[in-house]
Amino acid sequence: MSSSRQDVVIAATDLNKVFNPGAQEAVRALQGINLEVRAGEFICLVGPSGCGKSTLMRLIGDLLQPSAGDLLVNGKSPRAARLDRDYGMVFQAATLYEWRSVSKNVQLPLEVMGYDKAERQRRAQAMLDMVELGAFANHYPWQLSGGMQQRVSIARALAFDPSILLMDEPFGALDEFTRERMNLELLRIWRQTGKTIVFVTHSISEAVFLSGRVVVMSPRPGRITKIVSNSLPYPRDFKTRSDPAYHALVSEVRELLRDAVEAARPTGD
Amino acid sequence: MTMSPEQTKPRQQAAPRVRFARQLMYYSPTIAVALGVILLWEILVTLFDIQQFLLPKPSAIFSEFMLQVNLWLAPGEASLLFEASGATFWEALGGFVIGCGGGILVALITSRWTIVSEATMPFAIAANSVPIIAFAPIMNNWFGITNPASKMAIVAIIVFFPTMINTVRGLTLVEASQLELMQSYAAKPARILFSLRIPNALPYIFSTLRVASALSLIGAVVAEFFGGPRATLGVYITQEASAFDFAKAWTAILMASLMGIGFYLVVLLAERRLMPWHVSLRGQG
Repeated sequence: MSSSRQDVVIAATDLNKVFNPGAQEAVRALQGINLEVRAGEFICLVGPSGCGKSTLMRLIGDLLQPSAGDLLVNGKSPRAARLDRDYGMVFQAATLYEWRSVSKNVQLPLEVMGYDKAERQRRAQAMLDMVELGAFANHYPWQLSGGMQQRVSIARALAFDPSILLMDEPFGALDEFTRERMNLELLRIWRQTGKTIVFVTHSISEAVFLSGRVVVMSPRPGRITKIVSNSLPYPRDFKTRSDPAYHALVSEVRELLRDAVEAARPTGD
Repeated sequence: MTMSPEQTKPRQQAAPRVRFARQLMYYSPTIAVALGVILLWEILVTLFDIQQFLLPKPSAIFSEFMLQVNLWLAPGEASLLFEASGATFWEALGGFVIGCGGGILVALITSRWTIVSEATMPFAIAANSVPIIAFAPIMNNWFGITNPASKMAIVAIIVFFPTMINTVRGLTLVEASQLELMQSYAAKPARILFSLRIPNALPYIFSTLRVASALSLIGAVVAEFFGGPRATLGVYITQEASAFDFAKAWTAILMASLMGIGFYLVVLLAERRLMPWHVSLRGQG
């Protein structure tokens, strides 16, 4: 195996996903997906609803099984990768357990994985410090704002040091201001931890701001229209958003998405 | 930028005395209504000269009650009312523990296998709408009319089905994303049960336990109407009523009410201790 192959963390080849196969209401959610994600890469899946971006993420995370094609994660099947605890997941809702304090929520995966108490507490505190919520360890989720809850959710996903972070529209429910701040924090965490991040969003500006590559997807059936390389230099900050290169990329992705949606629109619609 | 921990606290805890005064203020309308109703009752009975066998005065009920309290407290004496209350209390409590415990246990077992819980739930829901109290005479035959087990059995059956149904609901109505989170940790079913399903079910269980606490006392007293030992509240009420001693009958009703409220409060207290996080309890304590 060449060194470049070893570098590949996620490899999808001709991946297809059909919901309700054979039935009248069969939905071709994904068709002919080819994608390689390299170690330490920050990749964004962007597209309108129904383009299968979440489905693709869930296939990678073994929450769904592909109908056809090959999918390898860290050189194994997604199932093996899940059982090896290679994934940290962050969903649109923070999905914190309301009966657990913030610290106990972050410790949840560590409890499942059998870490001893001292190590659990040490890691939870370190993760909470990283997301700048160290002072809130003994609070309960309902005492936190939406953005803070989502930061706890990120801390929880990182607590057991998984190699891949799968994020499904994690900031979709937040207001624009909070979202932009969370984007900056996520970039900082990414640079600090060196994780591979697969990030699903329907926000073009968010995708361009965060990622090293933007996977533009189109609906009916879900396909990859184009993978746009994003060479905006890291570290990025609020000034990046006024960079002409940033605006050029946003425009490019927007054009691609519009073409894709036009092409997918059934005639007479 | 980041809120400080102090700012997000729901409310500052006041000094105990101030809190007590606030609570008194909060409940004062309720207390006023209760006192007003009792006063009105007393006045109306006196004013219209209502016969005591129709409706005794609150003062008459209260003095009869105090008489029984004195009997109960006096050495060498016995109060039939308190003896009866004790017997009924144990029937209700025994039935509550057996029925609710059984309901929760069966729910835990059946929810482990979706097929089993889906197969049994329709029967449980059907059984839940049967007037189970109608089985009281049959239970009297099975266990013996003077055996407290006959009343416990009725109470247990009455509270079993709602407890089981609600517990199954709580164990199975878990948010999909919370389950997926556990899946992503490769968590085993037992871990998911204890870390997710049971905590998720607690609000369901407690809301049904609160209802069951009242149901168990009703069940015990009504089951006693079908016959039982002299020293039980249901029999006490029927006996004193047929002897036209209505003040006594009303003291028994009073005792049943007090025990029912007490029972309910104990469950409520347990709920607050066991799940202080729950929405319904926020900012109340």
